[in-house]
Amino acid sequence: MECRPILSAMRRNKAGALLIALQMAITLAVLCNGLFIIEQRLSFSQRPTGADESHIFFIQNQWVANPPDLSARLQTDLAALRALPGVIDAFASNSHPLGHSGYPQDIKLSPDQKSRTAQAAVYFADEHGLQTLGLKLIAGRNFSGAEVIDKASWSAQVLPPAIIITRTLADKLFPGKEPLGRSIYLQPDNRAVQIIGIVDRLQVPWAQAWASKFNDNSIIEPFRLLSFYSFYIVRVQPGQVTAVLRAAENRLIEIDPLRILGKSQSLTAARAEVYRDDRGLAVILAVVCIALVGISAFGIIGLTSYWVAQRRRQIGIRRALGATRHNIVRYFQTENFLIVAAGAGAGATIAVFLNLWMATFFEMPRLPVSYVVISIICVFFLGQIAAFWPALKAATISPVEATRG
Amino acid sequence: MFGYYFGLALRSLRRNVVLTALMITAIGVGIGASMTTLTVFRAMAGDPIPRKSRQLFAVQIDNWGPSESPSTSSADSLPEQISYIDAIGLMNARAAPRQSAMYYAGAALLPMNPHLRPFLVSMRAAYTDFFAMFDVPFRFGGPWSASDDEDRARVVVISRELNDKVFGGANSVGKILTLDTQDYRVVGVLNHWEPMPKFYDPSIAKFGEVEQVLLPFTRAIEGHVGSWGDNICPDILPAAPGWDGKLRSECVWIQFWAQLPTTADVERYRSFLNNYAVEQRRLGRFHWAPNTRLRDVHEWLTHWRVVSAEARILLVLSFSFLLVCLLNAMGLMLAKFMGRAGDIGLRRALGANRAAIFSQCLIEVGVVGLAGATLGLVMTALGLLGLRSLLSDEVTRLTHLGFADIAIAMAVSMFATTLAGLYPTCRAVQLQPSWQLKA
Repeated sequence: MECRPILSAMRRNKAGALLIALQMAITLAVLCNGLFIIEQRLSFSQRPTGADESHIFFIQNQWVANPPDLSARLQTDLAALRALPGVIDAFASNSHPLGHSGYPQDIKLSPDQKSRTAQAAVYFADEHGLQTLGLKLIAGRNFSGAEVIDKASWSAQVLPPAIIITRTLADKLFPGKEPLGRSIYLQPDNRAVQIIGIVDRLQVPWAQAWASKFNDNSIIEPFRLLSFYSFYIVRVQPGQVTAVLRAAENRLIEIDPLRILGKSQSLTAARAEVYRDDRGLAVILAVVCIALVGISAFGIIGLTSYWVAQRRRQIGIRRALGATRHNIVRYFQTENFLIVAAGAGAGATIAVFLNLWMATFFEMPRLPVSYVVISIICVFFLGQIAAFWPALKAATISPVEATRG
Repeated sequence: MFGYYFGLALRSLRRNVVLTALMITAIGVGIGASMTTLTVFRAMAGDPIPRKSRQLFAVQIDNWGPSESPSTSSADSLPEQISYIDAIGLMNARAAPRQSAMYYAGAALLPMNPHLRPFLVSMRAAYTDFFAMFDVPFRFGGPWSASDDEDRARVVVISRELNDKVFGGANSVGKILTLDTQDYRVVGVLNHWEPMPKFYDPSIAKFGEVEQVLLPFTRAIEGHVGSWGDNICPDILPAAPGWDGKLRSECVWIQFWAQLPTTADVERYRSFLNNYAVEQRRLGRFHWAPNTRLRDVHEWLTHWRVVSAEARILLVLSFSFLLVCLLNAMGLMLAKFMGRAGDIGLRRALGANRAAIFSQCLIEVGVVGLAGATLGLVMTALGLLGLRSLLSDEVTRLTHLGFADIAIAMAVSMFATTLAGLYPTCRAVQLQPSWQLKA
């Protein structure tokens, strides 16, 4: 198919061609950035916690009126929770994965070091912690019951006798070396603590973007938090989360009604809540992208149909001079291809600039070339499919039209 | 003449229903998408206290020194909050006409009714100036007095919502509220108050609700009411254990606001702050050049980035979408007017001048714009409903369609459609009547 007649026809109809090319350019720019953000947000919201999420729930317990002997109360609660039918194991902690609050911890490798080697989050747990969360211990050992000690508050200066850290953190602190048995130095007073175990993965409690730099840097300390609040984390048999959650709440109230059970939910529900805005943004962008493609398609159909109507006589003449229906369809398809090609060129440039502009707002990788290529293929398909229907209609124009005024 | 042109426009639009529907849909969908994001954006970027946002200032003092940068993401190495030492220092100096140190806390509320379970309430400890400074509206009673501040009185002001929940909405002034086993006397009940964004403490939730209970700062300190907000301590100066240790520490956990009505007041306060830091250095507490800062409400909200990056990006993407929709409508209008070339040529030949053709085409464009705007408003309402079902509760509070939003949507729609219709109209006006009549 030669392009010359098409180009000269287009020159007579600059405005229409320009409008379609511009539409395609913007569509392309929005499409590749939109798809890129969708992919980023979805993969962000699917980051694993390392815990056996679908079988775990947590209950936020808050004591009213500062009761005495918190240690005994905590043990009673935990014993009752572990005795509930359907419960595999339970423990108490200062925070939980997919939450909002936690204890940050700067880690140093020597006591007089100025700046931290790594940033991490602290989970308190007794010897039931690993089993309850379903964490995979890849080296070393779990805490023994004797190692677990009471800690009155976060700021209480009690040193953990031993700690367990995640593999990611171990790799960051001691690259290429055996982390077991080594010591790290913790705030507030930079004292040495020995690493006794490594778990495969445990996400920090904050699933928000600001914490993603140290997403898997968690440390587990053998503490029982004796504060006015704590989280009871419970792992149950498959399919029993809802039922056991309710039973557990009732049991706790039965033991002592003078408490407030704050937020209680399964980790599955917590994940949906924590990532709600990320998933929501992905859905919004998907809707915008689909609407955009639809609007562009209808725009092409509308304008191409108009061109077909305008050129009825010329098409009739071409048919009378021996052009096949196939030739006519090819003419409009090629015309569309040329217009979209111009638009795609401009669109790819806009897309890159749009991405650079967005990167000034949040840490966002450069737009991968694959997204641009895929989007270009998409708009070409879009153009060809949208032009096909008017082109078919053009092909049905009878050669007799040539004789009509 | 207008009525006649209007009738002509309607007849012309009816002639090709599909094309007309396509144009109106394109404009409606584009307006819907862009106005949905604009509504959220405007709510985020809104002024929470328009009459005073230029005279209310958040106070920042560098009490950590240049070697220790706060772990929050502040670019100017100033902590966003201040320590208890500085809070008391500034309160005692009384250098501003109105001022209040404040912090976020919470407590267990034990209802009088023994059948009700205790529940958690959010609290804010503040000085009495908080209410006058922020124009807080009262339904019953009023703020506590300055002497209540001094006496560490057990008094509280409660939110309207909490009053509805605990006292059934009745005037509860003088009633007793039990918080964490301590009894407090209610002195005031707020009317509905919803500063958006919650400028005086964006660290908790930028668009969160106002606290349910307000109590004197001095009472909270006396009662060891711990902060539920951010407590950030410098690495090299950890707090000593206990409540007194926290009060004597350089940990930052208190917000401080001052009302400075005139620029002279601002300048005076600025130099007061500087002198305060110099004095602290002289006393041996600070070992660095004075570093203090006043930020008014706008600067404070910008600093906290209350307008999220997502909102900006959605705004740009949705306006790009609107642009595509308008280009689309423009193409369709062009097709429509050019398709009626014969018609227009005939009218010109019969004596209609260019101005008449121009106004006739523009009225047709206007009718499309009006229909598009109406559809756009419906789409905006649907879009906001969609956002509410997709996004978290905090963002949901930003999705209320106000009168201004509706006016903006109508104006943008009419303006954009007219702009899009201008080129096709000009083309139609330039048609040569003789050419059209020949064909």
